Amino acid sequence: MGILEVKGVGKNFGGLKALSDVNLSVQENTVHAIIGPNGAGKSTLLNCLVGKLIPDTGSVMFDGQSVLGRKPHEINQMGISRVFQTPEIFGDLTVMENVLIPCFAKRDGAFELNAISAVSGQNDMKEKAEGILRDVNMLDKRNMHAAAMSRGDKRRLEMAMCLVQEPRMLLLDEPTAGMARADTNNTIDLLKEIKEQRDITIAIIEHDMHVVFSLADRITVLAQGTPLVEDLPENIKGHPKVREAYLGEAH
Amino acid sequence: MFGLDAKDTRLVLIVAVLTMLAPFILNPFPEGSELAQFNAGYPDLMQRFVIFGIFAIGFNILFGLTGYLSFGHAAFLGVGSYAAIWMMKLLTMNVVPAIFMAIVIAGIFSLFVGWISLRRTGIYFSILTLAFAQMSFALAYSVLTPLTGGETGLQPKMADPRILDGSLAEGTTPRANLFGLQMSSSYELSVGGWLFTFNAGYYLAAVVMLIAFYISIRIFRSPFGMMLRAIKCNQQRLNYTGLNSKPYTLAAFVISGMYAGLAGGLMVAMDTQVGPERMFWTASGEVVLMTILGGAGTLIGPVLGAGMIKYMENIISKINSTILHEWFYWMPDGLEDFVVAMIYPFIGKGWHLTLGIMFMLVVIFLPGGLVEGGQRIARLFGKGKKAETDEGGTKPSSTPAE
Repeated sequence: MGILEVKGVGKNFGGLKALSDVNLSVQENTVHAIIGPNGAGKSTLLNCLVGKLIPDTGSVMFDGQSVLGRKPHEINQMGISRVFQTPEIFGDLTVMENVLIPCFAKRDGAFELNAISAVSGQNDMKEKAEGILRDVNMLDKRNMHAAAMSRGDKRRLEMAMCLVQEPRMLLLDEPTAGMARADTNNTIDLLKEIKEQRDITIAIIEHDMHVVFSLADRITVLAQGTPLVEDLPENIKGHPKVREAYLGEAH
Repeated sequence: MFGLDAKDTRLVLIVAVLTMLAPFILNPFPEGSELAQFNAGYPDLMQRFVIFGIFAIGFNILFGLTGYLSFGHAAFLGVGSYAAIWMMKLLTMNVVPAIFMAIVIAGIFSLFVGWISLRRTGIYFSILTLAFAQMSFALAYSVLTPLTGGETGLQPKMADPRILDGSLAEGTTPRANLFGLQMSSSYELSVGGWLFTFNAGYYLAAVVMLIAFYISIRIFRSPFGMMLRAIKCNQQRLNYTGLNSKPYTLAAFVISGMYAGLAGGLMVAMDTQVGPERMFWTASGEVVLMTILGGAGTLIGPVLGAGMIKYMENIISKINSTILHEWFYWMPDGLEDFVVAMIYPFIGKGWHLTLGIMFMLVVIFLPGGLVEGGQRIARLFGKGKKAETDEGGTKPSSTPAE
């Protein structure tokens, strides 16, 4: 039994079959990559996991509980944090505030009318936020306007916002899309560090094979809405079906 | 002090001193002098400054922090006013229960309106709030006449029950009071050519405004306020961070509705009559203008905006062509007529034109409102020193004005 169990998930958009009969089992404390050509249904699958979409058929269980029909904030409170393809941060707020918000979400739940005590007086929250900023080497930027940072920094900040919640599972949606080589390598290093230092399960959707093969413990190849193969990275590399899916020859 | 950091404390103290000394500050010109018409230190106008200040402070908690633009806040002000006048009719002419009830009823009404309107965002939210406000206005005008007095509105009458007050002597009119202190009572101080008026009603409203201002600072600096700013910035990220944005926006909506109710209750305490026109959509638009003109999302901006608009409404609108001719009498005749003709559209009834031009200039050149203007001036003068002259900390240095 994996921590995340996807069984028979299907999703149609009008006449288009985006996903059909997707089965996936992600083991605890591993990095599981989902790869596939454009239009394979990777993002649709991820959106089904985080509550943005509700699948037409099948079930998604996280740690024995169904996530289907739950709102994004409820799924987050279950312990699943999500990183977006383009970093989603609070641009008008400072770096520190960006990290404080998930700290409060973790401590106080989905809603807390805490309108009288000052943020600046919450020393335990501040220490926690500073700790995670130190971990991702951003402590010196904590008073910066988040929107003013480079894309690589925004990505690291978003990662910090997820990690400070100590999620049990991290979902990454093409975290290196559109990044320069150097930024990509930094992201790989950051993810390796996270994997080594924390008890965390990571599911990653990725286009870049370099990223996938440097991180993944297991890989699922998705093509035209169904899983093609699932195997160890070294077996995926030369797999004929995978080559076929990537190099053309549409079914 | 009071749970605020040094910068915010300084801001509160400055505002407190300014409001307490307002009868002096707003009356800089001696009585009878030509410039006396620019004096704003008379009770009626000063009361309006602080009451609309409260209205705008509350509106700013919703609009400035969450970015949800309500076009129906005058409805809450009106509902608060009606609640207050009914307390005066049924219970007592003491303003305390009236103001208290205005806040409660406006809060309940805004909970209902917010619950429905907040199902949508952006322009659809604005339209929904506008629809509610216009419905309230139309209802107050027509079918709810037994409750609202319709077109004529409501005033306290001799015959009202007023169960807590003793019966009034024949021929006296019921007057709003605070435990016996009449709201209309004033102390006049004449110094040289100057006449300063200290009005009990103004000071009550000013103290209430200071409390309202203080609470709004606490909200701005709290985790709740931070979440509201996060909603304005990126609601999607907030949801995926495990926070439910709906109750946050609803709470902000209700708080700002209660501020509006408080302003409505104070209006009744100052001038004991209510008509439906204060719920008209232009009144809702006015508070939007005040907030944007002063600086949405800043602490002191809405108060400045409210003061600015009320000053123009009452002072510029009083200038007429006779006064203009007096000012320019020294010019050659033809030129004098020409100059007066050029200025005339901007004064008197044309003050809306002046306001409109000013609003346009602010939105285009000072998107942060008058507060941003103040900050720029402060920076200009503080160039030699460190550019940390933050205009009394109108915004935390961590969140630059956008």
